Amino acid sequence: MDPIVIIGSGLAGYNVARELRKLDKQTPLIVLSADSAHFYPKPTLSNSLAINKAPENIPISSPEQMASQLNATVRPLTRVTAIDPTRHAIRIGDETVNYSKLVLALGADQIRVPLRGNAVERVMTVNDLEDYGRLRAAIKDKRAVAVIGAGLIGCEFANDLTGAGFKVDVIDIAGQPLPRLLPPEGGALLQRKLAALGVTWHLGTSAASIDRNGDGVRITLADGTVIDADVVLSAIGLKPRITLARAAGLKTNRGIVVSRSLQTSAPDVYVLGDCAEVEGLVLPFVMPIMHAARALAATLAGKPTAVIYPAMPVVVKTPACPTVVSPPPASAAGAWSITADDESVKALFLGADGKLLGFALNGKATAERAALTQQLPPVLA
Amino acid sequence: MRKWQCIVCGYTYDEAAGDPEHGIAAGTRWEDIPAGWSCPDCGVAKADFEMALLAA
Repeated sequence: MDPIVIIGSGLAGYNVARELRKLDKQTPLIVLSADSAHFYPKPTLSNSLAINKAPENIPISSPEQMASQLNATVRPLTRVTAIDPTRHAIRIGDETVNYSKLVLALGADQIRVPLRGNAVERVMTVNDLEDYGRLRAAIKDKRAVAVIGAGLIGCEFANDLTGAGFKVDVIDIAGQPLPRLLPPEGGALLQRKLAALGVTWHLGTSAASIDRNGDGVRITLADGTVIDADVVLSAIGLKPRITLARAAGLKTNRGIVVSRSLQTSAPDVYVLGDCAEVEGLVLPFVMPIMHAARALAATLAGKPTAVIYPAMPVVVKTPACPTVVSPPPASAAGAWSITADDESVKALFLGADGKLLGFALNGKATAERAALTQQLPPVLA
Repeated sequence: MRKWQCIVCGYTYDEAAGDPEHGIAAGTRWEDIPAGWSCPDCGVAKADFEMALLAA
């Protein structure tokens, strides 16, 4: 029998393999990874600088340990070049590997900001363990880091870098941090708390150009402000990796389009994680991956199973202002109801019938996360 | 008091702090947490945690 093949060794790829092995210990399994195939908790990449964690101390398991735990073949540094769904085969350069079932756990790329100037190549992004190592090397003995993007990853890095002693400037076109996740009141508290820690905000404007300036760079903003920095980190968002799937004729949109059973438009080809689009939802967070991994593992083991997403609050790791959000559905009609003081914001998104549809908690209000989560409707029932 | 790390998302359970929000009092030893407890950040089961390595 041909093996089950998983492309990707991130949280999505390895967790579906782990869940599968709880149900099926024998079917041959191959995990293909474009990188070193270490297993590590990716969310720690944006909060490990202040505790001075070396890249080699982040992985929990080596590829060899994963292969042994999973009773699988794990192939690092192996890039799949094509998928041929009609033949149930993938190609790795000249090599062909047949599969019985194929799982795409390809992840997402950091979106690149379009910038002018002669130092555009100096803009760094952190999307994997290797990137983290590069960032850590780049900031060694340096002082100033500019962060483009005040979303989840940008804010986490701003907090972490400031905590590690750096002078940090954060730039975002929006007028507040976490514009897609927090109402203005919560954004204001997070902004104030990070400013108190030392972060300098440049909101409502964007980076226009970046040029060499001695050993560092000079960033010019659309409003004319000039920022000198040693290192520039960009974190403006993620773009699902869909190229391989699209070239194979699979249906794609923002992500690779799958059914509730996580199946693509081709038989026996499944997708989960940051590259998947389930009923219009692309959710690049840990909890959706875990739910998808369990459902998909059951399907791969022979019991077709639809993914169910309960309410899945997202924790933003900004210790200066603890933040947890469960955004209301994009289409939801309703309004924010806000209780705030100097140290906390409790924002509840209430539907027309008064039912809780989402929340955004900052500071001490985060203690109410568990109680409020129980009142939320599921994201996909 | 020890610290444990979720191998999926990196959440740290600090025995000294507990997880009061989910009914685990400060000072609760790892072995005394009910098996039904799960990671507050990603939802994995207690069985999927590992001992955290404290940074040198």
